[in-house]
Amino acid sequence: MSIYKDTAEVEIRERRLDAILSYRGDAKTLNIQSKERKVSCPGSFYSQCSQCAEGCAETITYHVIDAAVISHAPIGCSVGVSPRHILGRAVSKNRGLPEHKVQMISSNINEEDTVYGASKKLLAAIYEADKRFKPRTIFLQASCASGIIGEDMESIAKQAEEKLHYPVVPVYCEGFKSNIWSTGFDAAFHAVLRKLVRPAQKKQRDLVNIFNFAGSDTFIPFLHKLGLQVNYLIPMATLEQIASLTEAACTAHICETLATYVAAALEEQYGVPEVKVPPPFGIDWTDEWIREIARYTDRAELAEQVIIQEHERIQPELEKLREQLKGKTVYIMSGDAFAHNLANIAKDLNLNVIGLSTLHHDLHFETKEQANSLEALIKSAGNIENVRVCNKQPYRIIKVLQDIKPDVLLVRHPNLAPIGMKLGIPTLSEGDGNYSIGYDGVLKFGRRLLELLTAKKLFVNIAAHARLPYSSWWKENSVDAFDDNTQDNEQSIVI
Amino acid sequence: MSEIIEQPRYGCALSAQQTVLAIPRALPIIHAGPGCASKAFSFAATGAGFQGEGYGGGSHISSTNTGESEVIFGGEPSLEKEIKGALKILDGDLFVVLSGCTSDIVGDDSISVAERFAAQGYPVVGTETAGFKGSSYYGHEIVVKSIIEQFIGDVKPQVRHGLVNVFAVVPFQDPFWRGDLEEIKRILTNIGLEVNILFGNGSAGISEWRDIPNAQFNLLISPSTGTEIAELLEAKYQTPYLQYPILPVGGVETSRFLREVAAFAGLSSLPVEKAIEKEERRFYDYFVAVSDFIGEYWNNLPVDLYAVGDSIYAPGVSSFLVNELGLVPRGVYVTDEPQPAWQSVITETLAARDSRLAAVLKFENDGGAIEMDIREKDKNAGKSIILGSSWEKFLAVDVDSLYAYLSLPLDEIVILNHSYMGYSGGLRLIEEVYSAVFKRKTATSRSIV
Repeated sequence: MSIYKDTAEVEIRERRLDAILSYRGDAKTLNIQSKERKVSCPGSFYSQCSQCAEGCAETITYHVIDAAVISHAPIGCSVGVSPRHILGRAVSKNRGLPEHKVQMISSNINEEDTVYGASKKLLAAIYEADKRFKPRTIFLQASCASGIIGEDMESIAKQAEEKLHYPVVPVYCEGFKSNIWSTGFDAAFHAVLRKLVRPAQKKQRDLVNIFNFAGSDTFIPFLHKLGLQVNYLIPMATLEQIASLTEAACTAHICETLATYVAAALEEQYGVPEVKVPPPFGIDWTDEWIREIARYTDRAELAEQVIIQEHERIQPELEKLREQLKGKTVYIMSGDAFAHNLANIAKDLNLNVIGLSTLHHDLHFETKEQANSLEALIKSAGNIENVRVCNKQPYRIIKVLQDIKPDVLLVRHPNLAPIGMKLGIPTLSEGDGNYSIGYDGVLKFGRRLLELLTAKKLFVNIAAHARLPYSSWWKENSVDAFDDNTQDNEQSIVI
Repeated sequence: MSEIIEQPRYGCALSAQQTVLAIPRALPIIHAGPGCASKAFSFAATGAGFQGEGYGGGSHISSTNTGESEVIFGGEPSLEKEIKGALKILDGDLFVVLSGCTSDIVGDDSISVAERFAAQGYPVVGTETAGFKGSSYYGHEIVVKSIIEQFIGDVKPQVRHGLVNVFAVVPFQDPFWRGDLEEIKRILTNIGLEVNILFGNGSAGISEWRDIPNAQFNLLISPSTGTEIAELLEAKYQTPYLQYPILPVGGVETSRFLREVAAFAGLSSLPVEKAIEKEERRFYDYFVAVSDFIGEYWNNLPVDLYAVGDSIYAPGVSSFLVNELGLVPRGVYVTDEPQPAWQSVITETLAARDSRLAAVLKFENDGGAIEMDIREKDKNAGKSIILGSSWEKFLAVDVDSLYAYLSLPLDEIVILNHSYMGYSGGLRLIEEVYSAVFKRKTATSRSIV
């Protein structure tokens, strides 16, 4: 069965990857049970707010150079445009690119539209975006409202394309369709594959596709050591870069959750091989990643030289950092896969990873050959206790942190850092997904942790005055009491 | 006003979860898709000068995270389960259910579900705040009115002379609401009133809300949002209200405001005048002290004024800058879609302050249209200041104008106890407007812009 299907939408993660939202146990068991597709997923009688697919799709569509986006939604769905605009400016500057401006218009669906349809408004928004921004592609982002009232974005896109003579690209990222927000990445990538990617005109043997969030420029200097060029995708990429990404020698990414779908589809449809080892976080994964890239670009010998040189270069500082950080305990709360990346760096710094919580978990990927970072982490760092799958849910995570009292909490998502800080735990936010890659990434990570620990007084001060919004019943009961066993089910049960 | 919106300035009705969070120990329960609460929070709290999750906001917000099954089979059972869970797990004095697009389109009766809990004595209120129904301003009114109707309910008022309920800025949608409400409470207390401020640190929380029917009068400091709340309270508890249709900023307007309030409350004028005199002396001591700077840096100071903000905030701030600092109004952009009747109130109020203000007033909720208008008008950019959001900052930098922050979204400033309201807020605004001179380039007493 093919990975990419020529349909308007890609299947949601719950069905495609048997993604789950709850688990409690250790890393090894999760990995074994994932392979058997038999994971125990406790239900819950209460939940706190999550995130949605539309928000994830934004991280891709808002940042395509020379494209505009129509949020076909009530106004609340697109209020994140301002911080995206600021991020775009910052990252384009960091990468030495022309200043990137996010170009978004909301069709501002109102009550009347939910009754009579909002197609006219959508078309008006498309033509207004054309006039205001003079884009060369327009994305149409769906929403819960547009999805439920049955807006026909396919035919509107077609109608607009006939007039505008450039791609108008629907993105089916309705929030209610999946409780796994990273489904939005798949939705955006599917739209890009469907409408913007072209077969290769020529092959560029030294070009590597790097799928990333809107991260800083760490891959160019890193891959320069191997004499390779970087095609950063998709944030800040031009339409030409996207169209011709099929010319690359191979595709790599910083996180399975972000890009296994697009990478597998590119390999299947256009023969661009995907790097099938975990991303370059931590020394051992970086070694393997370099070797794998070198295989696809015919430079195995150079790769071995680089690995030796780099190990020698970082060794003195690495030893110092290990000495200073030895035995500190860390808990990690981040997206599936990215949490594994952070854990793999932590083990290189002699930190003791006493638990991790991923915000969802895919039981498998698109193909059997794709990297499994959970398994790779167990191999490199040993089994990890206190492993959870949980879509944020501070009422649960706070309990866990209170029980196991880590020295440091690592997070990557918005609104998670306060959970640790209110408990007095120094909390490091890994905002920039590209920052900690490669050998230097390990050193930089260690330095940042040392800086963090110098501010211990700040966190103690916050904890002394913070109040948590939880009841005495919550205080008295353990986290197991929050399960709803009537919902306990195997495999992909969504709370 | 525009149908479509570029550069949004407000969230949807569900953003009124922030109104709930502004009441001490009140907690929202969201019955909506998985991203709604997080998005509303990111915009109205994080994107409003990093105001933080406070007691129960951010990732702590209860949400049913409705998915496909709720859309197909209905979401009332999920909501019921969620409310039960919230009552067990959370420690709050009031729980307000806010429904989103999914539940309102598929027809969940969220209010009835909430009412079933209320009937059993739980402090639960139900509201329907689907994003397509309106803006965060609309949502704010819905939430406040629902708390009055469902939680305070039909009680017999025990009127206490001198007690006033204040309905002013919309919490979080006004990024300075915390400081603003502190200043309002301070100056009203100074003239001898007892103040139910209702939101923020200065509020006693639910006991204060229960006390609403007992007020001698309601004070509405707004030409727009809040009007229906004051009308509801008048109808329900026969409480009269005074509408002061412009935010009092600075010495002139704040004193006028206090005199009007005192007269409405029937306070004896001597102590009120004494309080005003004291405040004015302090205010104008500072004011005159800045004249040295004005004299030395005159050549760097802004001449033209553009202000972008909501109908509660932008007119008051603009009036102060025009009437007390002598700036020339070039554009006052009101972004919150006030109803037509409210628009007339705003226009008349501004015209009474300075006819030039009314002449440049525009009702526009499309930030892109505002940007185009300012770009077209601002030929004197080096001599202008634009007050607005992060969007206006980028515009100002681009057209070489000065800028100061006034309205959402604000993603590049940390706001704690900040206010442009009253006497203290006026002083703060003077600091901001004149300090803007140094933000973008080196200004000296010798430089001439």
